[in-house]
Amino acid sequence: MTVPAEVFPELSLAQRDRLTYRRGQARRSRLLAGSSTVVFLAVFGTVIVLSPGWERVQSQFFDLQVARDSLPAIAEGFWLNLRVLAFCAVLILVVGLGVAALRTLRGPVFAPLRFLAAAYTDIFRGFPLIVLLYLVGFGVPGLRLQGVPTSPVVLGGVALVLTYSAYVAEVFRAGIDTVHPSQRMAARSLGLTYGQSMRKVVLPQAVRRVTPPLLNDFVALQKDVGLISVLGAVDAVRAAQIEVARTYDFTPYLVAGLLFIALAVPTVRLADWVNARAARRQQAGGLT
Amino acid sequence: MSDDGSPPNTVPVLEAEGLVKRFGSQPVLSGIDFGVAEHEVVALIGASGSGKSTLLRCVSLLEELDDGTVRLDGDDITDPRADADRVRSRFGVVFQAFNLFPHLSVLENVTLAPRVVHGVSRAEAEDRARGLLDRVGLAAKATEYPDRLSGGQQQRVAIVRALANEPRMLLLDEVTSALDPELVGEVLRLVRELKDEGVTILMATHEMGFARQVADRVVFLDDGRLVEQGPPEVVLVDPRQARTRQFLARVIDAGRL
Repeated sequence: MTVPAEVFPELSLAQRDRLTYRRGQARRSRLLAGSSTVVFLAVFGTVIVLSPGWERVQSQFFDLQVARDSLPAIAEGFWLNLRVLAFCAVLILVVGLGVAALRTLRGPVFAPLRFLAAAYTDIFRGFPLIVLLYLVGFGVPGLRLQGVPTSPVVLGGVALVLTYSAYVAEVFRAGIDTVHPSQRMAARSLGLTYGQSMRKVVLPQAVRRVTPPLLNDFVALQKDVGLISVLGAVDAVRAAQIEVARTYDFTPYLVAGLLFIALAVPTVRLADWVNARAARRQQAGGLT
Repeated sequence: MSDDGSPPNTVPVLEAEGLVKRFGSQPVLSGIDFGVAEHEVVALIGASGSGKSTLLRCVSLLEELDDGTVRLDGDDITDPRADADRVRSRFGVVFQAFNLFPHLSVLENVTLAPRVVHGVSRAEAEDRARGLLDRVGLAAKATEYPDRLSGGQQQRVAIVRALANEPRMLLLDEVTSALDPELVGEVLRLVRELKDEGVTILMATHEMGFARQVADRVVFLDDGRLVEQGPPEVVLVDPRQARTRQFLARVIDAGRL
């Protein structure tokens, strides 16, 4: 059926034919996608439910009653995760950017700072996070130093910041390196100092370019804040562990995991949206 | 920057003496002396690699010289004790590839240096920027980002950005070489207007026809040396040196003169 002429009176017959064809194709693919999804889900679900042991799996991992009972405690622990996440994320951005900026400094005076920054990223990107957590979380309180915090939450956060800042510093440095030297030259030609060119011209462009990898690291951090549980902080993971021990059922772990997923999905979508917006704003359109 | 009819300044705006620049062991400038007087437009011509761009970058302190002295209004700006950042802001440099800041709007591109370097208030800087943009016919593009503009518009914004610093002179580095042929005219028209207002200009260019019409003096560089200089009707029409003749013959072969 050709699109009727009265709907698009301004279109040529050829264009109406093309529209008709495309609409037919689109309808066909929608139909195919819908029916294949239904068939797949039906087969998949049947196989799972009919497989031997499904009832045990269901009661051990998908017990709704256990999930409902354990949710308040896990949610309270998750609130701690969120607060640790917020603090750590801000600190990591500041420290990471600072370390990256130190590495780009020029001049003989800054040689020790450059060296320190390079050594820091090398060491803490290689050092296993779990070992660092043990060292900082259990080792530091054992020193009984005056004025040093002993809270597992704080010390776990410190370990996270130390490790993630090293990664983030490298991301920033890569971003700084992708800004073309001609941008720096233009800034310097206008009389901006090295620092002003960095702040006003290089860093804003670098940060925009590394937003996707940074958000990626942020998703990784969202999960890794759960590691503070190994130090005894009662976060979502630890709360789930307590519930598992109480109920002899693994459903609470699944609840905790689902909470982390619920946090990650919006972040990933946000990353997509931010990138799309930046691309739209700086470039004219086209088929790319 | 306007011509007030006063007698020509006896001190040249720009004076270069014995400029030497090497990239590694490769000499790019091998002892160049020349000057630019107030309100003068000087065109640097020569083949690619003859040292035109390097010369512009060296006098504006964007490249470090290996030897020689540059004086701006009589001040030795190559003195290591001079504030190089301040000195750079006294030149308005326009690049072949525009080098606008893609993350800033046209207005922000133009106001960045006045605000950051000279501490002009935002309102005043924007006011002046809008005035300049209006003069080059780009007032409507003030809030656009550079990538949305045509090459010719971008280059005119780059010229406005250089002018917003109220520089002592303009250094134009092949400002039309990256443009589509139909966009060259609008940029050259602007340069001609600036000349008519008395702006002092040193420009590297491949546009021989334009150099002939606009330049007060043409300087021919070859292999890092100043081979010949003089009025365009001499250097571009009846040069004294054999190498200048050879260069012009090649340019005429290529249909550029």
